[in-house]
Amino acid sequence: MYENLNDTTTDAGIRAEGLGKRFGDFTALEDLDLVVPKGSVLGLLGHNGAGKTTTIRILTTLSVPTTGSATVAGFDVISQGAEVRKRIGVAGQSATVDGLLTGRANLEMVGRLYGMSKKDAAERADELLNRLGLTDAADKLVKEYSGGMRRRADLAATLVSTPPVLFLDEPTTGLDPASRNDLWEVLREQVAEGVTVLLTTQYLEEADRLADEIVVLDHGKVAAAGSPSQLKQRVGGDRIEVTLADAADAGPAAEALAGFAENEVHSDPGQGLVTAPVRAGTRLVEVVRSLDAAGIDVTDVHRRDATLDDVFLSITSNPKVEAHS
Amino acid sequence: MSETLILARRNLEHVRQIPEKLIDVTLQPLMFVLLFAFVFGGVIAVPDGDYKEYLIGGILVQTLAFGLMGPGVAIATDLGEGMIDRLRSLPIRRSSYLTGHIMAEMAATLLAIAVLSGAGLLVGWGIESSLPEAIGAYGLLVLFAFAMIWLGTLIGTMARSTDVVTGIAFMTVFPLTFLSNAFVPTESLPDGLRQVAEWNPISCVVAAVRTLFGNPTAIPGDAAWPLEHPVVASIGWCVLILAIVVPMTVRAFNRRTTD
Repeated sequence: MYENLNDTTTDAGIRAEGLGKRFGDFTALEDLDLVVPKGSVLGLLGHNGAGKTTTIRILTTLSVPTTGSATVAGFDVISQGAEVRKRIGVAGQSATVDGLLTGRANLEMVGRLYGMSKKDAAERADELLNRLGLTDAADKLVKEYSGGMRRRADLAATLVSTPPVLFLDEPTTGLDPASRNDLWEVLREQVAEGVTVLLTTQYLEEADRLADEIVVLDHGKVAAAGSPSQLKQRVGGDRIEVTLADAADAGPAAEALAGFAENEVHSDPGQGLVTAPVRAGTRLVEVVRSLDAAGIDVTDVHRRDATLDDVFLSITSNPKVEAHS
Repeated sequence: MSETLILARRNLEHVRQIPEKLIDVTLQPLMFVLLFAFVFGGVIAVPDGDYKEYLIGGILVQTLAFGLMGPGVAIATDLGEGMIDRLRSLPIRRSSYLTGHIMAEMAATLLAIAVLSGAGLLVGWGIESSLPEAIGAYGLLVLFAFAMIWLGTLIGTMARSTDVVTGIAFMTVFPLTFLSNAFVPTESLPDGLRQVAEWNPISCVVAAVRTLFGNPTAIPGDAAWPLEHPVVASIGWCVLILAIVVPMTVRAFNRRTTD
């Protein structure tokens, strides 16, 4: 019954139009439009409370939108919820596996609930445990798993029915770098097999690595949207962050950094911090030299990846960035 | 139906992993049997028979009344964690979650009834009635357990945490079972308390079970109406509870799992 679900003739990805959700007076999500073509990855980027989880809950039929409509795998999330649920895999933010069952029993139960025979469910559980590196822990209770193992078990449960559309709510939050890389690898395999993925994250780097398209949410509204390279162009790549010995030097320091900057230099005199999005190939030692030549005393100079905050900073400080509509 | 069975198996699997979960339907009632049969029993007089024969009906009903705690805690746990979202995102009927829980809890109930009947036989209790009456007694116990499990399901669905569930269970079931004829004949109670005990649905079910088993009932001659017609009144209570609680539970569950 679940084998043929990939054969939807129409666009099998995700579409949303004017999606909105209010809880009483609070607007969690407003006027969200999304198109995620089949086999591509959309990264929903935003801080806590930006509306990411609300979006996932609506698209996975767990929550009913106040306004707008959406289809997943070609089916309406409001009127055809049962059809949608046959075609999706959902990994929630709180890992949704049963702590009082073993990893294997969790996967077998999910398989059985998808209508698989006992034998098929057991085989699929074995396969996924192996793929996600949980074979050794297969017969341990999930409540004894580490956070990373629990996440992997959750992802395995999400993949049991080989769903054509995957929803992952902050899949790598709380994971160590090694587990995060493993999880990314599994996701890439899925995408290579033609699976459509919507994932949420607070990390620009993660969205950049995995997503074909990124939508930045802020307080329930779309703040920016585009491909990772478009977004990077607006936001800039690496940052050089200078901590000043004397906050009064913020002005001259910003001038000295302007020569290396790809975009506007941001100074925060209150913190004695000056941050510049630097052009590719800029050498740190040149930056230090020019600061020194300008007679600016610094306590720290370092290079870092752009973060979600830099995205917001560049959107708010640069009105030229087009708002998504 | 098969979804219900799969989800019921999940709860039974929990018991296999954590057998302590069965303490409330096995060791705890056995402790009550020993405590009342051999410690307090000697000072409690039952006008028309032996205290041990009188006692078992009371402990059976008390145990099943506490049976509301199991589904309450289990459902509050699932709702508090993400488990319910996993199940809701699967292509299964939403109701199968509730029916799965209730089925598993009914299995625990049957275990409790079996354990207590066995313990009763060992301490000197017995079935003194005809086979159809005895079947009626067990049928009534199962009906009462069913009503209590639904009540627990409602509490679990509405509670904000598992502590709330245990709190509510102890605050209601303890006074209700001790302010009844479960352990002492109502005649021995002072005025006021006696009337409360005689109108208490627990007393009525206990009296009905004793009547159907042919055990001493110690129903006073001037008892309140429900105690004089315990079987009819008990069935009425159970049906009334179910008629109110089942729709409330379904509504509360839908509200709790829709946003």
